[in-house]
Amino acid sequence: MAEQLFYFLIFPGLLFAAVVGAFLSFYDRKITAWVQFRKGPPLFQPFYDFFKLLLVKETILPKHGSKGVFFVAPIFAVFGASISGVFILLPLLGIETGFNGDIIVIFYLLTIPSLTYIIGALASGNALAAVGGSREMKLILSYELTFILVLAAIIQKAGMTISFGEIISQQGLNGAFAGSISGIILFIVMIFCIQAKLALVPFDMPEAETEIAGGIMIEYSGTPYAMIKLAKYIMFFILPAFLIGLLWGGLNFQGINILWSVLKILFVVLLLTLIRNTNPRVKIKQAVRYFLVWMNLLAIIAIVLSYFGY
Amino acid sequence: MDEPVSYYRNSAFIFWILKIKNVGFKEFCFKKSLWLFHFGGASCNNCDIEILDCLTPRYDLERFGMLLIGSIRHADVLLVNGSINQRDKSRLLELYEQAPKPIVVVAIGACGCTGGIFAEGDTFAGPVDKLIPVDAYIPGCPPKPEAILAGIVKLLNK
Repeated sequence: MAEQLFYFLIFPGLLFAAVVGAFLSFYDRKITAWVQFRKGPPLFQPFYDFFKLLLVKETILPKHGSKGVFFVAPIFAVFGASISGVFILLPLLGIETGFNGDIIVIFYLLTIPSLTYIIGALASGNALAAVGGSREMKLILSYELTFILVLAAIIQKAGMTISFGEIISQQGLNGAFAGSISGIILFIVMIFCIQAKLALVPFDMPEAETEIAGGIMIEYSGTPYAMIKLAKYIMFFILPAFLIGLLWGGLNFQGINILWSVLKILFVVLLLTLIRNTNPRVKIKQAVRYFLVWMNLLAIIAIVLSYFGY
Repeated sequence: MDEPVSYYRNSAFIFWILKIKNVGFKEFCFKKSLWLFHFGGASCNNCDIEILDCLTPRYDLERFGMLLIGSIRHADVLLVNGSINQRDKSRLLELYEQAPKPIVVVAIGACGCTGGIFAEGDTFAGPVDKLIPVDAYIPGCPPKPEAILAGIVKLLNK
């Protein structure tokens, strides 16, 4: 029991993932600043933001809304993000091998933060939040099918195993899946899925700041908004880590391999940041078509290619 | 009278450290991450443009941790510019009520600080500090981005 609590609260779970995610968030903002020829924020900026929201700011609950649901939804977002972080990071860091079928559990747990954002937004009673919530729903409906097709292709490549630890160990024996043609296609598709899951710029219409003034986050202030920030930091670390575990051979923390593992994560986050900085926001209709037609097509092509062994 | 420059700098540095230690963790975090919300009254848009200039590569407010955000619920600083007429008055008061509470109000430009050339107008509802408490004034028509930065640095050291 104590061991499980330690896993959940401290080492691969809440604390560790949040700290690493906060530094990755700083890295993302710094790269954005460099792309725009700016200097960028200081190193501990995400921590300042989080503690300011948590300790200093007042929490305002909506008068014409469901106060309890509005307040509890971000806490469930943090819960969902950190429990999926535990399931992803335990096999990835080589602490435990996980259980058979955990990849499906991870797939379900990763949708919890988005779902709780929708529930909290609809509970706030704000019209713009409702617009943001409906956009997030459409976005989930479009990218989840692509995401599960990618997982299906990876399961097929790994010889019909549904254990995350076994997928990583197979890549350790036979080389990373991203080394084949279908693997490269899956990598591209998965990068765009992560982009939509994190609501980064080409797919940030749920919280479009210039258009609907924050969207699903519009009514949040103080402690609940700090919880949302925390969930976002955790997701910003575990989704690239999940991608690396599925397609790029996992992480290895022995000797000089630490450097290589860190570079892998930084490279994936760099890709996400560059896509975010070089693209405009698309309309929700365009995003749905993009995932339902083109990304699904690419994923199916990858499944067929991997069936024939490419 | 004639203190050497290096001595002066040294004491200023020690003062700075003491200040940091006296400030406390909460206030330190607050000052390191001010999020700006921009309210333009009946403005001629010059101040708006100069505020946006502060976020461009040349001046870059993000190195102080400042971000321009879209919702008043996330704001720490309310930037008010332009003359406030009868119609803007209720909106400004409502925005101030909706803001989560340690909020800093900054009046920018001649119109925001005093009313400027609109001070005698029929529809003028008073400068910003008659309606809500103001923490910093940045005069100018429009103030240069350097002046806005100087005002913000003064606000941070207050």
